[in-house]
Amino acid sequence: MEAFTTHTGRAVPLRRSNVDTDQIIPAHWLKKVTRNGFEDGLFEAWRKDENFILNAPEREGATVLVAGSDFGTGSSREHAVWALQNYGFKTVISPRYADIFRGNSLKNGLLTVVLPQETVEQLWKLTEADPTAEITVDLVAREVRAEGVTAPFELDDNARWRLLEGLDDISLTLGNEADIVAYEARRPSYKPSTVQV
Amino acid sequence: MGRTLAEKVWDDHVVRRVEGEPDLLFIDLHLLHEVTSPQAFDGLRMNGRKVRRTDLTIATEDHNTPTIDIDKPIADPVSRTQLETLRKNCAEFGVRLHPLGDIEQGVVHVVGPQLGLTQPGTTVVCGDSHTSTHGAFGALAFGIGTSQVEHVLATQTLPLAPFKTMAVTVEGELPDGVTAKDLILAVITRIGTGGGQGYVIEYRGSAIEQLSMEARMTVCNMSIEAGARAGMIAPDQTTFDYLEGRVHAPKGADWDAALAYWQTLRTDDDAVFDHEVRIEAAELAPFVTWGTNPGQGAPLSSSVPDPASFADPSDRIAAEKALEYMGLSAGQPLRQVKVDTVFVGSCTNGRIEDLRAAASVVEGRQVADGVRMLVVPGSVRVALQAVEEGLDKVFSAAGAEWRHAGCSMCLGMNPDQLAPGERSASTSNRNFEGRQGKGGRTHLVSPQVAAATAVLGHLASPADLSDAAGAPAFEEV
Repeated sequence: MEAFTTHTGRAVPLRRSNVDTDQIIPAHWLKKVTRNGFEDGLFEAWRKDENFILNAPEREGATVLVAGSDFGTGSSREHAVWALQNYGFKTVISPRYADIFRGNSLKNGLLTVVLPQETVEQLWKLTEADPTAEITVDLVAREVRAEGVTAPFELDDNARWRLLEGLDDISLTLGNEADIVAYEARRPSYKPSTVQV
Repeated sequence: MGRTLAEKVWDDHVVRRVEGEPDLLFIDLHLLHEVTSPQAFDGLRMNGRKVRRTDLTIATEDHNTPTIDIDKPIADPVSRTQLETLRKNCAEFGVRLHPLGDIEQGVVHVVGPQLGLTQPGTTVVCGDSHTSTHGAFGALAFGIGTSQVEHVLATQTLPLAPFKTMAVTVEGELPDGVTAKDLILAVITRIGTGGGQGYVIEYRGSAIEQLSMEARMTVCNMSIEAGARAGMIAPDQTTFDYLEGRVHAPKGADWDAALAYWQTLRTDDDAVFDHEVRIEAAELAPFVTWGTNPGQGAPLSSSVPDPASFADPSDRIAAEKALEYMGLSAGQPLRQVKVDTVFVGSCTNGRIEDLRAAASVVEGRQVADGVRMLVVPGSVRVALQAVEEGLDKVFSAAGAEWRHAGCSMCLGMNPDQLAPGERSASTSNRNFEGRQGKGGRTHLVSPQVAAATAVLGHLASPADLSDAAGAPAFEEV
């Protein structure tokens, strides 16, 4: 996984709540068997509207997505995270995320920051008024900074450490092989098995 | 202090607990399908890793599979590649697979329970958010992303952040014509699409205890639509009766040992939930959605709400956008909303009881002119059972299309899709913009409401049929 320490970039203010994963990446894109090439599918239906904010020329190259509450609801598709990253987003800011989407994002090094609705509103106003305004997301200091905004955010120490170091969860878990073997040894025999009978 | 059901199952699966780290949990059952697994198998290959426990892993094909002409090559080359990739991966890594055409093929969340693999007190994961379905058995079951799929394949464990507990207590008896689907739609509208975020919901109370296993699965299935990590129902005699004798249920001494354990899986009397919601069953009614997320629902007997009536500004904006997308106006009676398509199926309502309920409504009646009704059984086994009971003939005689098993129009990854602007009454779980096809408009309903809607051509419940004898109960608008 790519490490995340701090990132500064221009923003896309997305004034919508409940942005579900079917909007982020529609189902027909899910037939691909790779982790890349999803950038054109990102918000595909909404991008057909020329007034959609992502189509504004001044938003080209923006890397920080500032969205309304309950971002990433719905399907477990990790393709939603890949699509955001393939398009160029490094971080997302929202008051609340769906659990599975949040988990997926942190496993891929896409930092999903939770900030209060009022702060999101401030960031929307700032970046709507000035498309060149930059937002800094600093994971070391656990702080978001922009003109007139300094907002601390929470992320538990373990998740933060894994992101800062860009660690691979599977390698970490395999380091605890002995614990897994011990658990398997004491697992009851009545537990289900998929072996064909 | 006592523990909740969810906490008991969690504690029984902790492989490693260290202060400052997420608990590492053992996974009893890993379900796979073609859409969220290819990149995970690629990851294994790149790192030279194997599937640690092929004996706890099973795959089926469901999202992409066609529901007609299944004996012919799959027309869409991209879908075909994805299915072929799953077959190749399962063969290479030694994973049991039930492909299209196999008697055990079907929607992954229908297949697990009917094989008896989903059992009380187990941990169940799948790269699909509707894994919450399996919580109906008192399993701790949740959807995961592809990185986690790879993690479980490689280690049979998952590091998981702690959860909060919520009780949704439904007391009393559901009124006639009110189903598990109406109940869960009402719950989601009450707590919102993000209200369950971070929680494992336990559904309890006398109304829940009276539900069949199929109905319990419908309830737990849609926990994710309230944002919950999982939904659970304590196992009881209904659960044990469903499981006994199933292919993968424990046998002999193992059954006795399992049963003794399962009977301990109840929330202790002195356990405390982090949040509690109480619902009176008697107050529930047939429920439908009017908007573009599952929390935008209302009783069928009511009207499309006025966005101005929402106190929260973001709810108001969401309602305005939803009405615009749905082509509805505030104040319009929901019963006057005409549909083009009716879809009966999915992991929410594609089980035998759902098909029986829909068939009982259309029996002796005709699907309205200009309405297309698709009936897609949740699995091949469900389809065979339905055929044995003659339900396929009931549907066909009514003018509905009887199809092969799969996810079908729930998400439109196969050719079963709405055309732009088309409107459906659907027994599935999501009414998101474009979910059932680009520009399609979805109203989530129960199987009974779906069937009555098919007959009348507008959103309706079976009660509307009896007084109208099949004729439209309302003036056209």
